[in-house]
Amino acid sequence: MHFPLTIDAVVVKYLIHFLIGIAFGAVLEMSGFAISTRLAGQFYFKDQTVLKVMFGGVITAMVLIFWFVAMGWLDYDLIWVNPTYLWPGIVGGLIMGVGFIIGGFCPGTSFVSAATGKIDGLLFAAGVTAGVLLFGETEPLFHTWWYTSDYGRLTLFEVFHTSYGVMVAIVMIVALLMFWGAEYLERAFGGRASGIVPWAKYAFGLMALAAVALPLFGEPTVDELWARVAPEMEPKLQAREVYIHPAELMEARYDERFRTVVLDVRSEADYNLFHIRWAHRADMDDLPTWAQRIKKDERLTVVVLVSNDDQAATEAWKTLVALDVPNVYILDGGINHWLDIFAAEDTRIHPMSLTGGVEGERLRYDFDYALGEASPAADPVPDQHEELLEEFQPKIKLELPAGPAGGGCG
Amino acid sequence: MSANLSAQAQAKPKPQPKPYLNPYVGGLLLGLVLFLSFLITGSGLGASGGVNRIAVFFEDLIASGHVDRNPYLAHMAGGNANPLLNWTVFVLIGAMVGGFVSAKLHHRWEVATYKGPRISVRTRWVLAFVGGLIMGYGARMARGCTSGQALSGGAVLSAGSWAIMLAIFGGAYALAYFLRKVWN
Repeated sequence: MHFPLTIDAVVVKYLIHFLIGIAFGAVLEMSGFAISTRLAGQFYFKDQTVLKVMFGGVITAMVLIFWFVAMGWLDYDLIWVNPTYLWPGIVGGLIMGVGFIIGGFCPGTSFVSAATGKIDGLLFAAGVTAGVLLFGETEPLFHTWWYTSDYGRLTLFEVFHTSYGVMVAIVMIVALLMFWGAEYLERAFGGRASGIVPWAKYAFGLMALAAVALPLFGEPTVDELWARVAPEMEPKLQAREVYIHPAELMEARYDERFRTVVLDVRSEADYNLFHIRWAHRADMDDLPTWAQRIKKDERLTVVVLVSNDDQAATEAWKTLVALDVPNVYILDGGINHWLDIFAAEDTRIHPMSLTGGVEGERLRYDFDYALGEASPAADPVPDQHEELLEEFQPKIKLELPAGPAGGGCG
Repeated sequence: MSANLSAQAQAKPKPQPKPYLNPYVGGLLLGLVLFLSFLITGSGLGASGGVNRIAVFFEDLIASGHVDRNPYLAHMAGGNANPLLNWTVFVLIGAMVGGFVSAKLHHRWEVATYKGPRISVRTRWVLAFVGGLIMGYGARMARGCTSGQALSGGAVLSAGSWAIMLAIFGGAYALAYFLRKVWN
């Protein structure tokens, strides 16, 4: 099974959210988060419950999500990572901090508190409602600013130029140090620390091991990911279902239902000699980055992989498919097949007379000089090749991407 | 009838409220709920988003034209759009149900006002409302509150969410000294 689930039935979807909400509210209540004095105690060092529960929650979910992603069960690209609008976020956060220390709650806890009969919780919740409405009324005054410093989907590990696994391990270690500090502060300022029950200690210990283990032993390689999907995908390669004719690629560029991303996985030298216009050169090592970028994009995207023949492109196809990129195709016969058809448009391109067995992945054409994409053969127009359009069997079948789930910001 | 009931109530002593969870156990459970939410739905938890949509729903009932003319509001409730058909609304209502049931089961449901020893109940009420107002405003400005940003965004390592989390703690700690008489 692939997570997150795609739930189409609206009733089921909202019922699940409702049940998750019940568990959320119950856990907050059981942690004492319905009591304002307990929450505010965080900021006078004597009661560190807020820090412990919150960071306990963050690291538990973080490690579980990370492991499920690493195991290939959960698609990180499909879960909602709050987009970063840096300055509106920081200013809003500071304002929230002020509201927290004056009123003693955050929005979620105040509604839970109200549900447990607390009048201060009820009034805070009423205040939150008023504040939210006030924001809606005043947002047009600073509408432009509210959309500035937009970094989109930005993760901590991208900011610090490290890997997901290393970042998880760092956050885990920092959190455990903070717990240790919190116990110290409680003893120093409140006279009494909460301590930790033994089984929770083991649970955190296990999570710390899990967080550190993966970066040490390595995340699953693309080969391992491919091995998981191979039984399903290998037959498609055998049946050549994903090899598209050059004319289909020519046409795809003009298809308005989707955008076409052409990735050329050949050497830079071959790419400079000649490439299809709009093709991006992609090293095999860069394919995971491409996969991320393509999946992040909300537009319906068809990816076509190109090499001189099609063996290298097939290897690249396996990588992208292993990384869950939808709608990936291979140019059948590669650039050589492309030039067999379109080289006639440019007198500077000559077929090479290669004697003997031609080894794979070699460019079989010669050029007067490096043409790059400055050639009519690099961007043929379908109108001038109507004869071709009847010749091929169209193979592109659009598979709708799931797209990342929505966030709590609506 | 009512005499009978009160006699019964006197006969049965009110059960003592049960103690709260060890905070680390609370954290583990909270993390588990958050993880399940991401696993099943792809989204985390949230509170202020639900408040927002319920508030806008009523605003739309009263002043529909006004909502349609404000792009920020129209995005949620313009024309025939129903602002309540959003997952955040269901999580918020669920959280209140969960809080209520848990408080009842643990004998912690009680009409009360919690405050520092040096302020009056009335002052506490005013501060609660004002604090809530400021919190609600900030939560929308940051596109999510402690639940939607700090907790959920924190767990999936969103850079912006971590900045917001630090800002919330920073803002509260910075002002805590000046409000020490309110809470201590």
